[in-house]
Amino acid sequence: MDEEQKTLDMEGAVCPLPLSHGDRIVMGHGSGGRLSHELVEHLFLPPFDNPALRAGDDAGVVQLAPGSRLAISTDSHVVTPLFFPGGDIGRLAVCGTVNDVAMMGATPLYLAAGFILEEGLEATILQCVAASMQAAAKEAGVSIVAGDTKVVQKGRADGLYITTTGVGVIPSGVNIGGAQAQPGDRVIVSGTLGDHGIAVLAARGELGFQTEIESDVAPLNGLVSAMLSASPGVHVLRDPTRGGLATTLNEIARQSNVCILLDENSLPVKPGVRAACEMLGFDPLYVANEGKLIAIVSPREAQKVLDAMRAHRYGKDAVSVGEVQAVPSKRVLMKTAIGTTRVVDVLAGEMLPRIC
Amino acid sequence: MKHLSEYRDSELVQGVLAEIRRTVTRAWVLMEICGGQTHSIMRYGIDQLLPPEVELVHGPGCPVCVTSLELVDKALAIASLPGVIFTSYGDMLRVPGTGRDLFSVRAAGGDVRVVYSPLDALKIAQQNPEKEVVFFAIGFETTAPANAMSVLQARALGIKNYSALVSHVCVPPAMHAILSSPQNRVQAFLAAGHVCSVMGYWEYPPIAEKYRVPVIVTGFEPLDLAQGILMAVRQLERGTYEVENAYARVVTREGNLPAQGVIQQVFTTCDRKWRGIGMIPASGWCLRPEFAEFNAEERFSVRQIQPEESPLCIAGQVLQGIKKPGDCPVFGTQCTPERPLGATMVSSEGACAAYYRYVLIETGQ
Repeated sequence: MDEEQKTLDMEGAVCPLPLSHGDRIVMGHGSGGRLSHELVEHLFLPPFDNPALRAGDDAGVVQLAPGSRLAISTDSHVVTPLFFPGGDIGRLAVCGTVNDVAMMGATPLYLAAGFILEEGLEATILQCVAASMQAAAKEAGVSIVAGDTKVVQKGRADGLYITTTGVGVIPSGVNIGGAQAQPGDRVIVSGTLGDHGIAVLAARGELGFQTEIESDVAPLNGLVSAMLSASPGVHVLRDPTRGGLATTLNEIARQSNVCILLDENSLPVKPGVRAACEMLGFDPLYVANEGKLIAIVSPREAQKVLDAMRAHRYGKDAVSVGEVQAVPSKRVLMKTAIGTTRVVDVLAGEMLPRIC
Repeated sequence: MKHLSEYRDSELVQGVLAEIRRTVTRAWVLMEICGGQTHSIMRYGIDQLLPPEVELVHGPGCPVCVTSLELVDKALAIASLPGVIFTSYGDMLRVPGTGRDLFSVRAAGGDVRVVYSPLDALKIAQQNPEKEVVFFAIGFETTAPANAMSVLQARALGIKNYSALVSHVCVPPAMHAILSSPQNRVQAFLAAGHVCSVMGYWEYPPIAEKYRVPVIVTGFEPLDLAQGILMAVRQLERGTYEVENAYARVVTREGNLPAQGVIQQVFTTCDRKWRGIGMIPASGWCLRPEFAEFNAEERFSVRQIQPEESPLCIAGQVLQGIKKPGDCPVFGTQCTPERPLGATMVSSEGACAAYYRYVLIETGQ
């Protein structure tokens, strides 16, 4: 280095003009994070506004007659590749919607499925997907009672997209929703975090190394039903799909106007998922799950709920990961492994691998 | 995970922090160079556990943050050209150029792809011989060997449709620049462990000597950082200014010689403009003339661009350790990770992004 280095010529505070991403859709709008939330808030909610939608839960709840409430949800599935370790787009399409309905404490009953097929798709692939959908529907105890098919020109879609819509009945006395968390409640997750996201990344060949992680995609209505039978103390249920645990807990903290405090040491993450995340610079808190749920439960009932979960095949690794506090409201905090406290924010846009 | 969990062991970290508290007698300002270290400090809340006398300021070691606006604008222009596949490390896609970013270019129809390594970009070039594949070769000494290797491979394999938009920057000149600024507050450095794993630390003794600052090669886990801080504080209290290695499990004095050889073969030193800081002489690497055919700046004549900067953000002062993200009047309000005013709010190594993600700061919202 030059010994005659001059004093740094300061340019002052320089930064570019803000970008709004307001005039076009970018991938981040589909990430499940803050951009997705803003899209709903600013673009969809104003024209469609109604109480069921405004509640901001996984499914809209409507009342047909006094004492008869339905939970309705819909979900589109655009995963690449169509088949991945532990599942496929068909199983995902059924479980995703079944779970969204179940998260209101509802018993899912019927699904409708819409298919967008790309010209040239092999019929055997579609057959496999349909068989997988039926197997998942059977497991969940739902029937696929309506459907639609559209075909688009080659290049206009990525093989196959599936949208499913589901309805379920909410048993009387069940009142579960994102706004029900109360200070003192315990936060429970039903199992390990990030399995689905890492399994799909690995199946795309994007990791650059092998992993044996399988997607956790599964219908959770049986687990929910076991939990609700065991205890009336379940206040919130939510499945942490896109955006992961961190983003979903932030939604709940906002809806319930509370603070959620996580304990880093108690977060269940498989070693393979942790290793993949370390290498890519991802945080398992933000990686998608498709067969896990978060339950926010009154402290007195937490053990009972945990016991019921652990007795179910999809809840055997259930563990308490934190608790609800009053303040700072609308925030998720985490007690770190070394005893400090930090903020856990929502995913901003797309999850991006780090540089070095 | 083996060889990782022990460096996150709460008791061990607390032990080192207690030793820091016992050692310190007066106020010191330490700078961690690397943005990865900044994120680790914020993520684990290590700053919360330090005695008030020890202040950490955050350095310029975020490659995304310091890539000049002109180069980002050039990248945007090249990525918008028909027939081009523009490849980049993911972090770069959200960095604001003048009025847009690479995500917007992609949304408008540009073929912009995230790659994990420049060798993946090379593969894309082989698979798409009819397209021009450009890789945005940004980064410090850490990414330079892989980026250099991609150019060597392209030549060896006769791949003609691959080029690199090179924006390499080097740590030692930035340390000189920070220390010679009249506004400098830094009294000791935690040198960037990853950079040193490539370059070693033979470049640092002249800096330590000239400016009388201790330089401690430091890793990224909580125990590494605590140990680096302790060694720096010990030296400051003693009044010594030596280069020490607190990351010996990864870093040697001479570094990775084959990697340095590859860098030397492909790159040559050049002046480089750092976003938010300004021109630092001999602070970057660019392609040697014999590799000019792989230089995207020469291959694509993008018209001279008029970069437009806003006066609101204080990224420049944050990158030099003069101010902290929380000092910025638009932090968390007009400037957020979704709508960044500056690159420091974007990157997984940017200081503002670290504060936004991990620290509770009242923003008035």
